[in-house]
Amino acid sequence: MPINELDIEKVAQLAHLELALEELKIFVPQITEIVSYVEQLNELDTANVEPALGGLTPEGEATDSARNDEIGGSLGQKKALAEAPDPAAGHFRVPKVL
Amino acid sequence: MSRQTIEAAVSAAEKLNDTLNAFLEIDRKAANRADGTSGPLSGVPIAIKDNLCVVGMQTSCGSRILGDYHPPYNATVTQRLIDAGAIIIGKTNCDEFAMGSSNENSAFGPVKNPWDTTRVSGGSSGGSAAAVAAGIVPVALGSDTGGSVRQPTSLCGVLGLKPTYGRNSRYGLVAFASSLDQVGVSSREVADMGRVLGVIAGRDTHDQTCADVPVPDYVATLSEDIKGLRLGLPSALFGKGLDDEVAKSVKEAVEVYRELGAEIVEVDLPNAGYAIAVYYIIATAEASSNLARFDGVRYGFRAEDAPELRQMYRKTREEGFGPEVKRRIMLGTYVLSAGYYEAYYRKAQQVRTLIKNDFLNAFKSCDAIITPTAPTPAFRLGEKVDDPLAMYLNDIYTVTANLAGVPGLSVPCGLSSERLPIGLQLLGPNWSEPTLLRLAHQYLQVRPFNERPPVSATYLDSLTEK
Repeated sequence: MPINELDIEKVAQLAHLELALEELKIFVPQITEIVSYVEQLNELDTANVEPALGGLTPEGEATDSARNDEIGGSLGQKKALAEAPDPAAGHFRVPKVL
Repeated sequence: MSRQTIEAAVSAAEKLNDTLNAFLEIDRKAANRADGTSGPLSGVPIAIKDNLCVVGMQTSCGSRILGDYHPPYNATVTQRLIDAGAIIIGKTNCDEFAMGSSNENSAFGPVKNPWDTTRVSGGSSGGSAAAVAAGIVPVALGSDTGGSVRQPTSLCGVLGLKPTYGRNSRYGLVAFASSLDQVGVSSREVADMGRVLGVIAGRDTHDQTCADVPVPDYVATLSEDIKGLRLGLPSALFGKGLDDEVAKSVKEAVEVYRELGAEIVEVDLPNAGYAIAVYYIIATAEASSNLARFDGVRYGFRAEDAPELRQMYRKTREEGFGPEVKRRIMLGTYVLSAGYYEAYYRKAQQVRTLIKNDFLNAFKSCDAIITPTAPTPAFRLGEKVDDPLAMYLNDIYTVTANLAGVPGLSVPCGLSSERLPIGLQLLGPNWSEPTLLRLAHQYLQVRPFNERPPVSATYLDSLTEK
């Protein structure tokens, strides 16, 4: 399927990326090439094949990950905010939304 | 091991880092933690890939968007190493968010191959492979999503293991593609790898995919002979794109195994040729979702001059991520987007089932499979940077194990005419790590790989000689 600059711009919007024009020009042919490469999968008839939903082994699938819903420790406000680019008054501050 | 050992490791790391760029952070005070340790890894210097959390050190993932992020908790695997007495001496360089096969995608410059510093270390766990190859540490941890431990260790001439999916906890490993990621080990000695795997493996309630499967003693069975073990040879994979010297080296290793009493059987993995295509759909789809968390709000870098929230997200991600990460986020977003999901993502998951079944069928007639690890020895820095697809094809022998969930081990098996390491890969059924380690150990008993790269520290060798 041909991919043009508009398609890539749309995908960039979905991915929250603001691509520069030069990047857009590089990405269009590269992504086109990769997409046409992966389309070789269409050679295979998979009509009756179940999709593999993850990497789990049978033993992994059988592992019981249920636990009691108990209150555990948490980071606490100070540690949780320690790496924030713009913390303010015990909160993560962000630019205006509207 | 002692305080002097840690001092020697730290000093080697610092001395060689100008040449290799293997470390993004070195803990100069690591030796202070060496006194009074106990446990199975007491006083052993270890390096950790910079996408695994270690308290008190940075976790940058080789990315500007995390920069000098300092995690508030330890990854389960690093906590277990610390509890076993190991001393973490630093964080190793890697391709940004573990995306790459040459380490050239690190925001902090590529790792150089200790065998030839004009060549790549391989990736993405290039720093861990180079640090072990150069004798800075006996063991390092990496992560392997499509070959990221095995390919660089092959290119650097050391051992590299990707365990069975679910063998190790992924808690505290910064996620790239969750259904493929697994913490792996690079080492010089098989026994060291066995000891470290024995410490880090096993159930962890912080990772639901970490399986409740007993952890055996990986060292105890190394000396058992391999007579009668059936080794599968997928001859169809020794074709186009495979370097002649690599093919020759791996075929010689097959003959060594025959002499050791292994039975060589032909096996077929008919869908292996589709693995790269499947991988680059599934891995990028999962990455586009996992990397959505890097938004400049809770940690890491935030772009300036973005007075509105969405604009801040976009600018932060645009300025914070490097080109390969953006390319993969774009590709993943594309294959998951409305109208394409069935054609790409679902199709890839179906072919993943076929690849899993290929392995199940093959392992009916053999105990392990032998292939090259990488199609060529280390290539030159810059050689493939402008051709993403050519770069992806480096992983042609390794990605199948991640798709199928089975373990894979790269073992050094020779040097090319240009004195560059060549690695063979052993693939086994789920939970067959003891067999793979034994196969590696028995091979290295008769074909020891004692060559050292030109860029190398010597303190470890002098320890072994004592």
